[in-house]
Amino acid sequence: MMFGKKSLLLGLAKTLPNETQGKSLMFYALQRLRKNKLAVTSFVVLVLMVLAVLILPFFSPYEIEFIDWEYMSIPPNSETQHYFGTDALGRDLFARTLHGGRISLLVGIVATAVSLIIGVTYGAIAGYFGGKVDSVMMRIVDILYALPFMFLVIMLMVVFGRNIFLIFAAIGGYIWLDMARIVRGQTLTLKNKEFIESAVAIGASTPAIIFRHIIPNLLGIVVVYVTLTVPQVILVESFLSFLGLGVQEPYTSWGALVNEGAQDMEIAPWSLIFPASFLAVTLFCFNFIGDGLRDALDPRER
Amino acid sequence: MLKFIIKRIGGAIPTLLILITVTFFLIRVAPGGPFDSEKDLPPEIQQKLEAKYHLDEPLHQQYFRYLGNIIQGDFGPSFQYKDFTVTELIAQGFPISLTIGGLALVFAFFVGISIGTVAAVKQNSWVDYLLMSSAMTGVSIPNFVAAPLLILLFAINFDVFPAGGWGDGKFEYLVLPVFALSLRYIAYIARLMRGSMIEVLASDYIRTAKAKGLSMTQIILKHALKPSLMPIISYLGPAAAGITTGSVVIEKIFGVPGLGRYFVLGALNRDYTLVMGVVIFIGVMVVLFNLIVDILYAWLDPKLRVQSQ
Repeated sequence: MMFGKKSLLLGLAKTLPNETQGKSLMFYALQRLRKNKLAVTSFVVLVLMVLAVLILPFFSPYEIEFIDWEYMSIPPNSETQHYFGTDALGRDLFARTLHGGRISLLVGIVATAVSLIIGVTYGAIAGYFGGKVDSVMMRIVDILYALPFMFLVIMLMVVFGRNIFLIFAAIGGYIWLDMARIVRGQTLTLKNKEFIESAVAIGASTPAIIFRHIIPNLLGIVVVYVTLTVPQVILVESFLSFLGLGVQEPYTSWGALVNEGAQDMEIAPWSLIFPASFLAVTLFCFNFIGDGLRDALDPRER
Repeated sequence: MLKFIIKRIGGAIPTLLILITVTFFLIRVAPGGPFDSEKDLPPEIQQKLEAKYHLDEPLHQQYFRYLGNIIQGDFGPSFQYKDFTVTELIAQGFPISLTIGGLALVFAFFVGISIGTVAAVKQNSWVDYLLMSSAMTGVSIPNFVAAPLLILLFAINFDVFPAGGWGDGKFEYLVLPVFALSLRYIAYIARLMRGSMIEVLASDYIRTAKAKGLSMTQIILKHALKPSLMPIISYLGPAAAGITTGSVVIEKIFGVPGLGRYFVLGALNRDYTLVMGVVIFIGVMVVLFNLIVDILYAWLDPKLRVQSQ
């Protein structure tokens, strides 16, 4: 039996092309990801969601601030072209939900980008230099990590007023901690590889090694965490807006809309249900894609 | 073990110090002082008020005074609730928040590990898929969405539980807030538990246990449960911090007079001392809890204990 199996495998091996083509980790990961139906579906839904919030507002006959005095708190219907109904002030929920989505997604993407830049640089530097530099840098991360961040952000809002750019900066300025930890860990394993050694040997400068050789090789893991960070950020922003401390009128976001909806839910449940489901579906998709990517990149699953 | 504990306590001090310092200076750079009311105060009164609250001292002196007061548990007077000190407000709100948060954490822990274990044992069956996709839904639904939906369903449509209020902590008043608060953490713990249980169940000593002819229940309870709890224990720290934050929202939605509600009201009314006091208080609680979790972890995992010595 054993021998039979072995020769069968050897036979199969001969049918493979002799030269193994170098394929990146990312390539295999994407191949595995494509088999994950949930992740693919989530990706499609997410693309549709992004397109919807970008394009559909142009087809809505109502502006977000327009008050329709004749139709206040009306349920969804197509005759008045209030497809998602109106809120207690007579504002069109279709337009507001989509505009809110723009803000929510924008906050998610911008704050993630901030965290990406800080976290990757910080983590790569700490990991590459190692030793004392590393332990001091990571100790700082540990200390910051233990702060009750949400409360500090709220305090920032109280002190400096509610400003959307402050929200971006505050959220991005905290979320990078996770990224820095992960990148550092990866850098530690990378820096002893031969290609880094040879880069040192040919006299490449340290910044060149970090930015040209280490960081590009971290992309796989970073992509996973980006997809998991975006929903986290969206959640934080909606949390702030829900408390009335985030995005201010005339702008709105899903969190702010859920807050308004929750106040009138007894008479107008649609004003809660539409923004809440848009928010939940988006978070759902991001989480599924992130999870799928993580599984796909996990070497144990190969 | 004692050495380990002392080391951890030493590690927590800089965190607290930074928290207090950041909070102090943030409030000091805040535009608008506490006595800027609609009408201008006569300069003498302004001076007297500032002297009373020591605002006329140099900044570093104020800082050390504040630090000293905090160590003694004195957070100063509230600007909004004139008759109360911040310490009194915290003493009023904290037990309520602790009840809801503590129950939510315990509930999430037990329900989460049960769901995760069942899913792991039935790995890749429909039970597993059903449980894990519900868990994913749970992770994706923020508590401020879940809470109003729960109210809509159980308080308004079916009228089983009250829609809000505290009712002196009677059971029916606790059910909805605790459930809404724990939902996300049940889901997260279930996912963690499934992963770690699957890993443990694949190990050699579990195979030995199976070969001995032990039943699945015995294997899980006697051999697999303790080692697979490790990631859950280390998640308890972040979970507690999350629940503290979450309870701000839950208290607002259900109208529970806890710490979180004072915090939000303080934030909206720019009651600086109250906001500051609550932030520092919660910081201390979170750091303390993390300390307990670390010690618990070291106690469960002898390897870690030896390494640190």
